[in-house]
Amino acid sequence: MPTELKITPELVALHGLKPEEYERVLSLIGREPSLTELGIFSAMWNEHCSYKSSKRWLRTLPTKGERVIQGPGENAGVVDIGDGLCVVFKMESHNHPSYIEPYQGAATGVGGILRDVFTMGARPIAAMNALRFGAPDHPKTRHLVAGVVAGVGGYGNSFGVPTVGGEVNFHSRYNGNCLVNAFAAGLAKSDAIFYSEAKGVGLPVVYLGAKTGRDGVGGATMASAEFDETIEDKRPTVQVGDPFTEKCLLEACLELMQTGAVIAIQDMGAAGLTCSAVEMGAKGGLGIELDLNAVPVREDGMTPYEMMLSESQERMLMVLDPDKRAEAEAIFVKWGLDFAIVGKTTDDLRFRVLFDGQEVANLPIRELGDEAPEYDRPWVEPKPRPVISASDVPAPSDCGAALLSLLGSPDLCSRRWVFEQYDTMIQGNSLQRPGGDAGVVRVDGHATKALAFSSDVTPRYCEADPYQGGAQAVAECWRNLCAVGAEPLAATDNLNFGNPEKPELMGQFVKAVEGIGAACNALAFPIVSGNVSLYNETHGQAILPTPTIGGVGLIEDRTKTARIDSLKSGDVLFLVGADGSHIGASAYLATIEDREDGTPPPVDLAVEKRNGDFVRSVIAKGMVRTCHDLSDGGLAVALAELAMASRLGADIEAGDGPDHAILFGEDQARYVVALAPDDAQRFEAAARDAGVPIRRLGTAGGDRLRIAGRLDLTVRAMTVANESWFPSYMSGTLVEPPAAA
Amino acid sequence: MKTAVVLLPGLNRDRDMIAALRTITGKKPVTVWQTETALPDVDLVVVPGGFSFGDYLRAGAIAARSPVMRAVADAAAKGVPVLGVCNGFQILCEAGLLPGALMRNAALRFVCREVKLEVVNARTRFSTAYEEGQIIRCPVAHHDGNYFADDATLKSLKDDGQIVFRYAEGTNPNGAIHDIAGIVNKAGNVLGMMPHPENLVEPEHGGTDGRGIFESLLGASTSVAA
Repeated sequence: MPTELKITPELVALHGLKPEEYERVLSLIGREPSLTELGIFSAMWNEHCSYKSSKRWLRTLPTKGERVIQGPGENAGVVDIGDGLCVVFKMESHNHPSYIEPYQGAATGVGGILRDVFTMGARPIAAMNALRFGAPDHPKTRHLVAGVVAGVGGYGNSFGVPTVGGEVNFHSRYNGNCLVNAFAAGLAKSDAIFYSEAKGVGLPVVYLGAKTGRDGVGGATMASAEFDETIEDKRPTVQVGDPFTEKCLLEACLELMQTGAVIAIQDMGAAGLTCSAVEMGAKGGLGIELDLNAVPVREDGMTPYEMMLSESQERMLMVLDPDKRAEAEAIFVKWGLDFAIVGKTTDDLRFRVLFDGQEVANLPIRELGDEAPEYDRPWVEPKPRPVISASDVPAPSDCGAALLSLLGSPDLCSRRWVFEQYDTMIQGNSLQRPGGDAGVVRVDGHATKALAFSSDVTPRYCEADPYQGGAQAVAECWRNLCAVGAEPLAATDNLNFGNPEKPELMGQFVKAVEGIGAACNALAFPIVSGNVSLYNETHGQAILPTPTIGGVGLIEDRTKTARIDSLKSGDVLFLVGADGSHIGASAYLATIEDREDGTPPPVDLAVEKRNGDFVRSVIAKGMVRTCHDLSDGGLAVALAELAMASRLGADIEAGDGPDHAILFGEDQARYVVALAPDDAQRFEAAARDAGVPIRRLGTAGGDRLRIAGRLDLTVRAMTVANESWFPSYMSGTLVEPPAAA
Repeated sequence: MKTAVVLLPGLNRDRDMIAALRTITGKKPVTVWQTETALPDVDLVVVPGGFSFGDYLRAGAIAARSPVMRAVADAAAKGVPVLGVCNGFQILCEAGLLPGALMRNAALRFVCREVKLEVVNARTRFSTAYEEGQIIRCPVAHHDGNYFADDATLKSLKDDGQIVFRYAEGTNPNGAIHDIAGIVNKAGNVLGMMPHPENLVEPEHGGTDGRGIFESLLGASTSVAA
């Protein structure tokens, strides 16, 4: 075997392998690896691909359920939605590339997650994006927001999937490390799901899609390290997206799958050809032999090392039924895509790579994945914070001004500037677009069903108490699905944390996963897919712990849903759940008092479930058609959002208690609902029967939101405050939000 | 009414258009792939929206040179109604079937939102279901919808009643000159428009204002939501 380069400790370190990990390589293969082999190990054993720090904790999450067809471990999770149909979905991060090159980083993040979904035979029907940026006044933030949003739109719009939801947050802890978490969901027939497990010996391994270039060589290894000032040098590790080719690849793959030619299929994502080939072989208990001279390349003189580690986009690998070869090839020719037989399955469990007639790698295929290092990293329990009660915080001198400040704050203002750059209605099935509690998409071709999607996490809660924060992320996602009337089915988790080698940060991860697990169990909301992104820190400063939860819900009868913008004059408004009391770690505290201390609102999962089940039941009965969950900013912000979306005011009595606790407390498990006055009694009786506390808040009407004794604002003034921040900020003409009207 | 939908790689609102045509005409449209050189005998040819060939080079430029577009030009010359929506409009301009060009949006960003359209000319075969001066709702979703033409072209568009739809009530989303959203050729059988009527044709879309274009072609004079 040719050794192109001497393997030195420096070279091993450059590949992100620790000395003890390299020892493990040596003992596994009993000799020094070739450079290509070192590259393969580096690709398979980095944090991004091997989950070596997180695996042990991920195993504790609930992943099963009546409707779960496929949990974690495949390209995406698969959940049964009845009538022979299923929803296929996953969320994945593209944080590091997006910080280095925001447009392409975000674009290829979207491309990667879409490929994960259609590799399984599902046509993508919805996308979401959870984005976290640094402080607005940080010099890089505007550039990153502009680039990331344009990149998400540029790829998704061209590919043709509606973006129906997402999140945008700002915090100084993301100054050196933004987060781009891309979610995609697709629709498939339950009996036509495609998996990556190779079957059958001696069958052709086929390369599909775009050509291989030098872009992204070593991307996954880059994403598994902390950042410092040399990151600009890492720009060549960011891939370049081509949504046109991906769209063609989607259509070609779906046509191909109809022919019965596909035995196994796997997209080439992180660590490209290496990861996809090893995964297909190892899962099927087979070896794989690749001949790199057959790989379609974009550039001359590519070495085996570069081909094996390239992260060029829009590529797939499949095991083909040889009888269907001509038919399969014709489809790819029609779509102008490469179709090349690059290898075969073998029975020797070896991963063999040939180039110019020489063997450049010969490794045990199972061990590449299974024997990856796994760590039980030391961790410490996060320090509990003191509880802050409302009486510890001064009440606002002007509740109306406080509400306007919140509505015009970077974290709570309208995201219209962002979501109008996304095609939110393509495919013609979007029933609820961004701006409400969840995106709702019709199940194409089905007479009654629809699917709901929401992405949630409150990073400042996770920072304050990782366990409660993890549980809250799940609870809020579940709640948002309930708020549109959907039965929450399952979720995907995208766990973004700092360096796991630091015990405090590992402690955040461990406790957040524990909280997520507890909430998923209590709410029967299993995790069916996900992704872990660690080492999100720059110069030793870690991001806020950000375990993003992407949830999917099912609406059986789409004529019985609730939305945020359907408030009618004369409707009676009710609060579902208890009055506000909790002010610690709230948006109010951060925005008005400029404090981020205190504990987050505790999550009572039994109450969450009871209240959510109740809300869904009254929506399903057709009683409630307008609903909004309470989250950041509490009752006052929720009422303002309802009023702004519906362009209608309301007269409200919010009950006794400290103004800031009642108006802005962020107690969990709460909703505002509106219904016709004739239904009010029936609604109150139903709440009594369900043991759910409710408060009659008042009546909708007029053009002002009046909360008796507390505030009185025109809907227009709130809208101006809410809509102004983003466009002003992005155009560089930011002005202070207007004073109370 | 028999219809055909042109398919080019990278188009992505073809499925929306096919669904709308099926809903409204009651018949599934025929699809015609980019390499075909002849069109079936139909009452309407549609070039739908998307990003044909990625819109690399210039929106619609590569698609306009595909074999099927020569067939579309032949059909248009024979008087067959041709409708181009969004990328379809860009392709028809690039193919020389409609005058003018669609530049990058004035804000240099993709925009997806609902706008208002004024029906400027209700006498074309695409607009008889509307009243002249009627304001309808319609979604837009594009990056390059900023219509432009030279003064002489604009004058003749106006004089000959070729401007069919204009963005109304200050909702011009892209900086298009004279708020132009949709135009017909001189013969009146080729309509190009940036907004997406196919995404507003059933109650679950939140409205049916877009139906009028298809219903005009159907010859049905059923009215649409005012």
